[in-house]
Amino acid sequence: MFGLDFSMVDWQEVYTATMDTLRMLFASSLFAVLIGLPIGVMLYMCARSTSVWIRACYTVLSFVVNILRSVPFIILIVALIPVTRAIVGQSYGVLGTIPPLVIGAAPFFARLVETALNEVDKGVIEAAHAMGSSTRQVVWRVLLPEARPGLVAAITITVVTLVSYTAMSGLVGGGGLGDLAIKYGYNRYETEVMIVAVVLMVVLVQLLQMAGDRVVRHFTRK
Amino acid sequence: MIELKQLTKQYGKPGRLTTALSGLDLSIQKGEIFGVIGHSGAGKSTLIRCMNLLERPTSGEVWVNGINLTALGKKQLQNERRKIGMIFQHFNLLSSATVFDNIAFPLRLCNTPKSKVEQKVGELLALVGLEEHRHKYPAQLSGGQKQRVGIARALASDPEVLLCDEATSALDPQTTDSILKLLLDINRRFNLTIVLITHEMHVIQSICDRVAVIHQGGIVEEGPVTEVFLKPRHEVTRDFIRNDQLSDGDPFTTLSGQPNERTVKITFLGAKTYESTLSDVVRETGVTFAILQGTISKIKETPYGQLIVRFEGSPESVNQTVVQLQKQGLDVEVSS
Repeated sequence: MFGLDFSMVDWQEVYTATMDTLRMLFASSLFAVLIGLPIGVMLYMCARSTSVWIRACYTVLSFVVNILRSVPFIILIVALIPVTRAIVGQSYGVLGTIPPLVIGAAPFFARLVETALNEVDKGVIEAAHAMGSSTRQVVWRVLLPEARPGLVAAITITVVTLVSYTAMSGLVGGGGLGDLAIKYGYNRYETEVMIVAVVLMVVLVQLLQMAGDRVVRHFTRK
Repeated sequence: MIELKQLTKQYGKPGRLTTALSGLDLSIQKGEIFGVIGHSGAGKSTLIRCMNLLERPTSGEVWVNGINLTALGKKQLQNERRKIGMIFQHFNLLSSATVFDNIAFPLRLCNTPKSKVEQKVGELLALVGLEEHRHKYPAQLSGGQKQRVGIARALASDPEVLLCDEATSALDPQTTDSILKLLLDINRRFNLTIVLITHEMHVIQSICDRVAVIHQGGIVEEGPVTEVFLKPRHEVTRDFIRNDQLSDGDPFTTLSGQPNERTVKITFLGAKTYESTLSDVVRETGVTFAILQGTISKIKETPYGQLIVRFEGSPESVNQTVVQLQKQGLDVEVSS
C-alpha cells in the first residue's frame, strides 16, 4: 500500500525509542510538577498579598517565569548544557535531557497552577479564614483540594507538551520516538519508521489525555 | 458581647478614598439576635466583616467577648476567630468535601481527635436535620440544605457569636423562614449571640430583638425591633417598612379630612392587640369610625397592630375618643 514496506522497520529500535521517551516523560513530568506546584502556589499567594514587598517578589518571580517560558526549548537545551552537566553529570543521552525538560516545563506548569488556583471560589477561602485557618491550612485544606480538577488538567497539559519537547532531545543524543522520526524518517528517507514513530506518539498523547480527563471527571463535584 | 468603637473603613488609594464606614459605634448584648438592615452599598457587609476582621478597619476598635481583636497578632486572631462562627449568602462550602467533611473542617483545624469529630458532627447533623445527607457533596444539595450545612459548620467550634452575612438572601421565602426558625432555635438553645445583616425587613421582624438601620456608612436608627418598626424616625427606616408592607400611599398623610372627621393612627402592642379597646371606647363616646388601612401581625413573638382609622363625630367626642384610647395605653397619633 502506497509503496510502504513495514518489514524494513527495526522493531527493537522502535521499542528502545519508546522506552526512552517514556523514561524522559516520567522523570521530567515528576520533577516539573514537584517544582512547578510550589512556584504556582507562591505566584498565587504573592499576587494577593497586602504587603508591597511580597507583591514586588511576585513581579520578579513572574518575570523569571515569563523569561523561561519565552526561550524556545531547542535553545534552552543548548544554553543549559553547563547546568545539566552540574546536576546530572552528563549533558547528553536520556539523563542529559531531563534537566532542560524540567526547567522548560516547570514554569509552564507553574502558570497553569496559578490559573487553576484562581478558579477557586474566593468565598470558600474567606470562610476558611473566618474559621481561623492559618495560611498553611488554607493552602493544604482548601486551595489545593478545591483546585484538584484544575490541577489534574494542568498536569495533563504539561505531560502532553513534554511529549513534543522530548522529540527535540535528539539534538543532544537523548533518543526517543521524536529522535527516531527525524533521524530515520526525515534524514534517511525511511518514511515507514517515521510513520511508526509518529503513530506511537499520537497514541501516547491520546492515552495521556484520556487518562487525564478521566481523573478530572472523577474529582469534579460541581 | 460585641463592641465596635469609632469604626472607620476606607477603600482605595489616598486621594480617591471611598468611605464604607465612618466612625461607627455599636454595642451588641450577649444572647440577643441583633439585626442590621440597610440598602446595598450602605456598608452593612463591611460592618459584619469587620466583626471578625475579615476586613481590617482603617481605624477604630473591635471588641468581641472582652477581647480587642484589632490589637491581636496573627496567631491570636486565628484562635479568637474559632470562637466566632460565620455563615454566608452563598454558603461558601468546600465543593470538594462531603457534608460530613465540611462540618468537620473547623474541628480538624485544631486537630480534634477522630472519635470526637465523629461524635460532634453527628450531633450537628441531627441539629440541622441532615443526617441522611452526610455523604453527599454540596452540589447535590438544595440552597436551604447548603445553608444548614453552613450553620452546622459555624457551630462546630462551639462559638459564642454567630455572624450571618445575608444568610437568607439567596433563598426562596419558604426556605428563608425555615432557616430563620433554625437560627432562633439555636439562639435559645445555646444562648448564642447572633448578628445578622439583611436588606429584608421581614427577616428582622421574624427573629431579631434589636435592630440598627445603616445608611451611608453610619447608623441612623437603633433600638428594639418593636420600637423601630412601629415608630420609625428616619426616612430610610420608613422606606424599608413601606416596602415590606407593599402599600401604595399612606392614607394617614395623604387624605385630607372633612371638618367633622379626624384621621388617626392607632398602634397596639403586646396583649392589647387582641383586646376590644377600640370598640369599647367608641361605644362610650358615640363616635363612628372607618378603617382606612391596618395591619395586625407579630414582631418575633410580640403581637402588634397598627390601624389608620377615620373618626366621625363632633369635635369634642372625637377628642374624647383619642384621650380615652391613650388612657387605655394605646399609642394614638392624630393627623394634622
